[in-house]
Amino acid sequence: MEQLKTIGRELAMSSQGGGWAGQSKEFLDLVKSIGEARSKAEEDRIILREIESLRRRIAEPDVPRRRMKEYIIRLVYAEMLGHDASFGYIHAVKMTHDDSLPLKRTGYLAVTLFLSDDHDLIILIINTIQKDLRSDNYLIVCAALTAACKLINEETIPAVLPQVVDLLAHSKEAVRKKAVMALHRFYQRSPASVSHLVSNFRKRLCDNDPGVMGATLCPLFDLITEDVNSYKDLVISFVSILKQVAERRLPKTYDYHQMPAPFVQIKLLKILALLGSGDKQASGHIYNVLGDMFRKSETSSNIGNAVVYECICCVSSIYPNTKLLDAAVEATSKFLKSDSHNLKYMGIDALGRLIKINPDIAEEHQLAVIDCLEDPDDTLKRKTFELLYKMTKSTNVEVIVDRMIDYMISINDNHYKTEIASRCVELAEQFAPSNQWFIQTMNKVFEHAGDLVNIRVAHNLMRLIAEGFGEDDEGADSQLRSSAVDSYLRILGEPKLPSLFLQVICWVLGEYGTADGKYSAAYIIGKLCDVTEAHLCNDTVKAYAISAIMKICAFEIAAGRKVEMLPECQSFIDELSASHSTDLQQRAYELQALLCLDRQAVENVMPLDASCEDFEVDTNLSFLDGFVEQSIENGASPYIPESERAGMSSVNNFRSPYQQEASGHTLRFEAYELPKPSSIPVISQVSISAPTADLVPVPDMTYYRESDQASKISSVAEASSADIGIRLRLDGVQKKWGKPTYSSSSSSTTAEKATNGVTHVDGGVKSQSRDISHDSRRQQSEVSSEKQKLAASLFGASASKTEKKPASTHRVAKGNTANAERSGVTRAVSPEISKAKVAPSSPPPDLLDLGEPIMPTSTPTMDPFKELEGLIGPTLTPASLDNPATTSGPKAPDLMALYTDMPTGSSSSGVTLASGDAYSADKSSSLAKSVPTTKKGPNPQDSLQKDATARQVGVTPTGNNPNLFRDLLG
Amino acid sequence: MIHFVLLISRQGKVRLTKWYSPYAQKERTKVIRELSGLILTRGPKLCNFVEWRGFKVVYRRYASLYFCMCIDAADNELEVLEIIHHFVEILDRYFGSVCELDLIFNFHKAYYILDEILIAGELQESSKKIVARLIAAQDSLVEAAKEEASSISNMIAQATK
Repeated sequence: MEQLKTIGRELAMSSQGGGWAGQSKEFLDLVKSIGEARSKAEEDRIILREIESLRRRIAEPDVPRRRMKEYIIRLVYAEMLGHDASFGYIHAVKMTHDDSLPLKRTGYLAVTLFLSDDHDLIILIINTIQKDLRSDNYLIVCAALTAACKLINEETIPAVLPQVVDLLAHSKEAVRKKAVMALHRFYQRSPASVSHLVSNFRKRLCDNDPGVMGATLCPLFDLITEDVNSYKDLVISFVSILKQVAERRLPKTYDYHQMPAPFVQIKLLKILALLGSGDKQASGHIYNVLGDMFRKSETSSNIGNAVVYECICCVSSIYPNTKLLDAAVEATSKFLKSDSHNLKYMGIDALGRLIKINPDIAEEHQLAVIDCLEDPDDTLKRKTFELLYKMTKSTNVEVIVDRMIDYMISINDNHYKTEIASRCVELAEQFAPSNQWFIQTMNKVFEHAGDLVNIRVAHNLMRLIAEGFGEDDEGADSQLRSSAVDSYLRILGEPKLPSLFLQVICWVLGEYGTADGKYSAAYIIGKLCDVTEAHLCNDTVKAYAISAIMKICAFEIAAGRKVEMLPECQSFIDELSASHSTDLQQRAYELQALLCLDRQAVENVMPLDASCEDFEVDTNLSFLDGFVEQSIENGASPYIPESERAGMSSVNNFRSPYQQEASGHTLRFEAYELPKPSSIPVISQVSISAPTADLVPVPDMTYYRESDQASKISSVAEASSADIGIRLRLDGVQKKWGKPTYSSSSSSTTAEKATNGVTHVDGGVKSQSRDISHDSRRQQSEVSSEKQKLAASLFGASASKTEKKPASTHRVAKGNTANAERSGVTRAVSPEISKAKVAPSSPPPDLLDLGEPIMPTSTPTMDPFKELEGLIGPTLTPASLDNPATTSGPKAPDLMALYTDMPTGSSSSGVTLASGDAYSADKSSSLAKSVPTTKKGPNPQDSLQKDATARQVGVTPTGNNPNLFRDLLG
Repeated sequence: MIHFVLLISRQGKVRLTKWYSPYAQKERTKVIRELSGLILTRGPKLCNFVEWRGFKVVYRRYASLYFCMCIDAADNELEVLEIIHHFVEILDRYFGSVCELDLIFNFHKAYYILDEILIAGELQESSKKIVARLIAAQDSLVEAAKEEASSISNMIAQATK
């Protein structure tokens, strides 16, 4: 019997699509040689050779169509491996025109993989897609719709839109479903072009086919995200759909790992979360079903947890309900206590959502959070930082930001570095307990991620130093400044500093370097010159440096002291006066000019500490009135305001009608209309904006437009400091910092905690860099007390006193619940296994009756291949009929393998099977023993078969990679 | 939304790529290199998620093959993990205990199957049976066409004898 199956299978493989016999020997050899390639270079060489030969052969006249199909597949292969196969695109496009479905499908597959939606060749496919969308064969329509999803862009949407809309009422559900998805894609591309069709989605929600309904949820989710209020009426429908899904009213085929249509449930929960957000009435409808879902939640499988997580998200988004919140908190704590990193990650994320509603929730889980923070898994760590970021208060800001900065220093990933740096800055701005701390923190951030942070941050820092606290406490402000100057002078000794940080340093030294009289002007100027020499800096930094030198000189002159030019400073000025950058030249000459002025003039030009002074900009340019009048008298044409200029520009700019056409972004797919007698040209936006840019007076001085960077710096000598003031003011950034949030009574406690936290941070980081597990075990008691300290500083003062007791009981409780959980898992999993094992043979009674209805009898109907038999019927060749029959045999054990393979949740349950609680252990352990034997059975056999087939087609498995034959699910 | 799907072997060889968001060819190579460096080095017990360029990449290892999907930061990672598994189960049914070699030689079939499961970066069908039915319908059509072609060529061969 077994042998018969094998033969049948081989036959099936050679004739049906499942085998490798469809392709020529050449192609198989190619794939094989790629598989055997030992290096990327070798692989590249093989592919390049292949591309060359394809380029030659594809261009030959009269290539048979079947051969061409294979060429195209080979091109796909080459492109997949990262090589350019653009010479063959046109052939793929041609193949879509073919009448036979297999070729057409190949063509569509290739073009969807090759072309992006703005490729020039798309225009050649539109017509084919249009034709295919009208085809009688629903498979062709499906192929065309799939291609349309990928290839149709904003301009071509009108060409296919009417047909896609018609297909929404097609008799085949597969077509309706794809039409919905295509329409969704069109909506994403260009909401305006399909906005009038949005009601169709509502209609499709009531489709008889659950697949179409499920697909409709995707566009509806997008639409609701955009505009919640127009869909409030659907809340009840969504809730009732969700209820029905959860009650297993959908066909069994939508079950996934014993869950009823979990993907649909998740989508519905996402939608409900949007609809219920901040809406008490809508949320009222949702409470019931959410409560049911929590009660029935299935936490032994991954997908069950996915649904539970989505429920938590929904609860945290809708109008709060205490009962549901409790359920969500409970589910979250289960996640956090899980051994699986995936679940911990989800737990941390869920916690981040829940603390928005009730910040106290975090306290209960502080140890779990700290464990995650110290976990070697980077992903988990980052997620935990995100959580900490969300729960930062003025009491714990120091610990959190210090941790973040330490982590920031330790990573190389620039993207994340930027993110975490900007978070540090944001938190520091919002919650800084003291200015010293703020400046130190900023210095650290700039030093280690200076080139990654937003330039706005630097401006904010300068403004802060200039403006101080916003209080009238000059003493504190000047103390802040001098401490900043001190720290900067110290930092300048470091070898490599980011340019943005150097800019800040230069500016601060220029403004306040000599303000407190601690440092002499010559010393500061010397330092500034060193900056430009020691750090290979760009023009921006040089500009900052020379402006700073100029300010110091000006202050010196104003104070009546004589400025002696250091030789290095003089050479710096000389260098800049000959610079390629006109901006730098300008500054250098201005400085030299300034040095020749007398005290009175200098004081006016460069007043002391004037960076915060408001600077009035005369946007009307009234000071030019005289000049304008004079010009008009001399015969210049008067200025015409923008509004009156409309008629003229259309005359002047004859291109405007074309431009308008281009800006409309529509290709026309119908025939052109008859030409009308010269229409009145309408002026497009484009044509107006061009002239205005030149005519409207721009207050910026044109000479420092040279580079973007340079224009941001104050280049005008008269008011360089004032200019910066104005730029900062125009930033439009809300001033977050400045409110002293702490009172003197609480400051002492925060300081204390801070020291705790800081010392701990050092220890923590060191132990991480060393062998973590070893280290932590050796000083476990110490670490736990350290952790508690950290917890105390993170989670507020109340925790610190009562820390020890709850922590220990917490641990015990954790153990208990973990046990309980595990036994629960065992119970839940064992029936699955029994079912899976039992399914192929005659169904014995369900061993553990958990009230799940009639599983064993329903499994045979779940097999799609049985369905296939019915579908394909007598037209099929006997060989391919054999295949489903034979594969259904070894199938069942594979299914089982699939359950044991699951890395989360159930994988640990596999281990606990043997040691689970007494009741289920009896049954499940016997099962567990039989599982491996049956599981191992078919897999080597399968691979042997594949091996045999491989040899048949001339592919020899190489010794170095036997993995290729291993079942993915095995 | 799923931005792309990658199948990478443990040696870092690309087995399948599908891009739902626009990436230029050069960018694609870079993404693959970056991600395989990130994912292939991760230990077995760690999260199946990686944060990357503001997105999240969910991956799952089957034998020596890594299935990776890149999703938005707000998406449900566990769900995507199961979408991957859903895909693998369907592949498994189609090929009969699917192994890496099946995907190597039949990557175009894997693409067809993927097209039935995901469309425009969204899950379009969560029923294995319906996907299997559609794929079978397409295959049977291919089959019919092949037979037709071979019978015609036989006739021609006989006629020209």
